[in-house]
Amino acid sequence: MERTETYNDKVVRQFAIMTVVWGVVGMLVGVIIAAQLLWPALNLDIPWLTYSRLRPLHTNAVIFAFGGSALFAASYYVVQRTCHTRLFSDGLAAFTFWGWQLIIVLAAVTLPLGITTSKEYAELEWPIDVLIAVVWVVYAVVFFGTIAKRRVKHIYVANWFFAAYIITIAVLHIGNSAAVPVTLTKSYSAYAGTVDAMVQWWYGHNAVGFFLTAGFLGMMYYFVPKQAGRPVYSYRLSVVHFWALVAIYMWAGPHHLHYTTLPDWAQTLGMVFSVMLIAPSWGGMINGIMTLSGAWHKLRTDPILKFMIVSLSFYGMSTFEGPMMSIKTVNALSHYTDWTIGHVHSGALGWVAMISVGCMYALIPRLYGRTEMYSSKLIDVHFWTTTIGIVLYVASMWIAGVMQGLMWRATNADGTLTYTFIESIAATYPYYAVRLLGGVLVLSGMFVMVYNVWKTVAAGSSDRDVPVMAPAAA
Amino acid sequence: MDEGTLRGLATLAAFVAFVGVIWWAWSGRQRRKFEQAARMPLEEDHDKNEDK
Repeated sequence: MERTETYNDKVVRQFAIMTVVWGVVGMLVGVIIAAQLLWPALNLDIPWLTYSRLRPLHTNAVIFAFGGSALFAASYYVVQRTCHTRLFSDGLAAFTFWGWQLIIVLAAVTLPLGITTSKEYAELEWPIDVLIAVVWVVYAVVFFGTIAKRRVKHIYVANWFFAAYIITIAVLHIGNSAAVPVTLTKSYSAYAGTVDAMVQWWYGHNAVGFFLTAGFLGMMYYFVPKQAGRPVYSYRLSVVHFWALVAIYMWAGPHHLHYTTLPDWAQTLGMVFSVMLIAPSWGGMINGIMTLSGAWHKLRTDPILKFMIVSLSFYGMSTFEGPMMSIKTVNALSHYTDWTIGHVHSGALGWVAMISVGCMYALIPRLYGRTEMYSSKLIDVHFWTTTIGIVLYVASMWIAGVMQGLMWRATNADGTLTYTFIESIAATYPYYAVRLLGGVLVLSGMFVMVYNVWKTVAAGSSDRDVPVMAPAAA
Repeated sequence: MDEGTLRGLATLAAFVAFVGVIWWAWSGRQRRKFEQAARMPLEEDHDKNEDK
């Protein structure tokens, strides 16, 4: 008899565990730099620990290490289950895991050393960029290779979102990282001036649109129906909002460059496309939340579902706020203030981190042969510390941002500025304290997760091969 | 053809594509397929309930 085909869950387990590890590391660095804004002496006069070097370490760690590992784990798990087949290649999948971890370690070494391209969210220097490109192309080979050998005709919508995210990130990363190397640790962008800025934010905003949105929507479209025990609310809506989302996001980048040397028509185009993005974004949010129709009672007893539903609520809020902030007159107030920081964390903590954490709580027991996490009570503790922490964080940054914007634009009757810049910083201190408290709460929740995952893994077993399930008769 | 006409045609093409996707998604022929697809995450796998 032919040997039964099994799933490759090893690579999923590896990425799932590293999601938790990098989540703690990335958020810890976030808490440190939040504390540095409150107490600048905390850099201890050591260059490696200055805010300017730790801040890119924080963003890279939470987005690409934590979020990236979660997306690798979810996409590898989902593509195998919904295609009813094993990953295309175990060797290449293992290569993506070890390659990605090496990239993260290299980032953690080079960024504190001050080695940077100074392009936001693309700070890593050219040798690491080359490695990222190689690992990402291999990721695409594994993912699309698996799609190609699927045993069902239909490609499930989550895989469409994962596919869009994988292709687009490859194009964005390679396009934006084009540079002329000078030494091993220094390169200059292939673009100059305003064009460089536009390429950077074409990359930057689509990293939001495809890494932090499409990828996690893929996660959402598998794990929310699974956890709720309900089919996707409207599969038609998922198809329409997928195409609308991928078509519109690509043009929204110029809103990062309002009132700059970027031509005015490009700024307006960025603004208009950003406002249009409300529709496909809310399509996803509504579809996710409505999937709970008929299963709302489960929210009372299932803290994992609470993570998922609150993450979708934050997704809805931040995708309403974002388009508003991209309107030029609103942007004139919000840009360069902490309002932007509040908005980003409403999306990154509220949406991305909460859906990832919910997904990991659903996934990890399955990967270790358990029915559920060690403690459901501790998931609930994590849920509340995270939710309260995010609300404190976002609300304090909203208030601080609007205050800063108003202070910077205030003028006296004779046209002079009412406030000096340092006065706006002094006024922000109390809000920096509240933000730090919010961050500490979110981080403490992650430590609760570490303990819970530790106990779950210790009680389970990774020495198991799950046979590929036969496709449902179609 | 001047630039403005080209832009207008591009906008029209995008609009037609959008309406096309909606028409396709709501056409009766997809209904059964989509109903099955919407249940794909619920198909029970073997890695559940093993330690019960």
